[in-house]
Amino acid sequence: MKPIVVLGSGLAGYSVIRELRKRDRDIPVALVTRDSGDYYSKPMLSNALAQGKDAAGLVLTRAAEMAKQLGIKLLVETEVHAIDRASKSLDTTSGAIAYDRLVIALGADPIRIPVQGDAADTVLSVNDIADYARFRDLLGSKASIAIMGGGLIGCEFANDLAAAGHAVSVIDPGPWPIASLMPEQAGRQLLAPLAALGVDWRFGTSVSRVDRAASGYQLTLADGAQLQAGLVLSAVGLRPRITLAQQAGLAVNRGIVVDAHLRSSDAAIFALGDCAEIDGKVQPFVLPIMHAARALAKTLAGEETPVVFPAMPVVVKTPAHPVAVLSVARDAVGSWQLRANSDGVKMEFLDAEQRISGFVLTGPYAAERNEMSKQVGQRALPV
Amino acid sequence: MKVWQCVVCGFIYDETKGMPEEGIKAGTKWADIPENWACPDCGVAKADFEMIEV
Repeated sequence: MKPIVVLGSGLAGYSVIRELRKRDRDIPVALVTRDSGDYYSKPMLSNALAQGKDAAGLVLTRAAEMAKQLGIKLLVETEVHAIDRASKSLDTTSGAIAYDRLVIALGADPIRIPVQGDAADTVLSVNDIADYARFRDLLGSKASIAIMGGGLIGCEFANDLAAAGHAVSVIDPGPWPIASLMPEQAGRQLLAPLAALGVDWRFGTSVSRVDRAASGYQLTLADGAQLQAGLVLSAVGLRPRITLAQQAGLAVNRGIVVDAHLRSSDAAIFALGDCAEIDGKVQPFVLPIMHAARALAKTLAGEETPVVFPAMPVVVKTPAHPVAVLSVARDAVGSWQLRANSDGVKMEFLDAEQRISGFVLTGPYAAERNEMSKQVGQRALPV
Repeated sequence: MKVWQCVVCGFIYDETKGMPEEGIKAGTKWADIPENWACPDCGVAKADFEMIEV
């Protein structure tokens, strides 16, 4: 019997297998990954310094132990060249692998913004545990770090690095922190608490050049400003990995196009996680992955199950000023309302019918996340 | 007493310490935490993920 083959050993790939094994211990499963196959928590990459963890310390379960626990065939350090849909097989650096059904969980690549200068190629992105190991090696005792991108990951790294005693500059062309998820009044709450840790915010500009300097690098910003840094980190967003699917002729858009059953345009091929576009939406972060993995595991076990996403707030791990946000679409009709502000803000997004469809909780209000999630979809109480 | 870690986000639950701020007393065993409890860091429900012994 040909196995279910899963591509990718991140949270999405391992979660779908873990969920499948809760239902079916016998169905053959193979996992193919270009990485080591060690299981780790990706969200911890941006707050591991404060926890005193190096790359090895972040590994929760070694690859061999995962293979044993889950009863799977694990092919590590294996690149997939192509998917042959007609013969249902993969062409890989470990030879041909036949599949009965295929699950693509390849994740996303860091977006790289073109930068000039003789040290442009030294800019680091931290998107997996191998990147993190390199980052920690290079970080050493470097005093100053420049971060390109003041979004969720940029802010988490800024908090983590600043708390560990590094001088951090954050450069972002946007107007305030995490502007893609949060309205201005909420985003600005992060400014002072992180500045108090030593974060130097540079909004409304971007990095034009990175050049070698006597010690480390010299950055030239679009507004003409110059600053020095021992290390430059880029955290400007992710782009779903769709090339393999695209070359196989599967429907792709921003991500691999799948329906509510996580099924692609080929009935034997599924996708989830950061590489997938589910019902028209790329849904990064961990909670959508967990819900998708559970639904897909049922479908793979023979019980067709669409994924249903509840309200899934995103937690921003900035201990200097914690944030939980349930964002709304950029073109959502309605408005943000301030409900409380004392050492942070509590804001609700009310739609045209005065129902709560999003929220932001910062500082002490972040703890009310679960309470707020229950109110989503309900009419807002009068202030 | 054991220490557990959320496999999704790395959150640590130490049975000896409990989580007084969430109303879970020190010394509460993992098994005794209500099924509707959610990981305070990533929001994944207890029933929905596995905690591993560290």
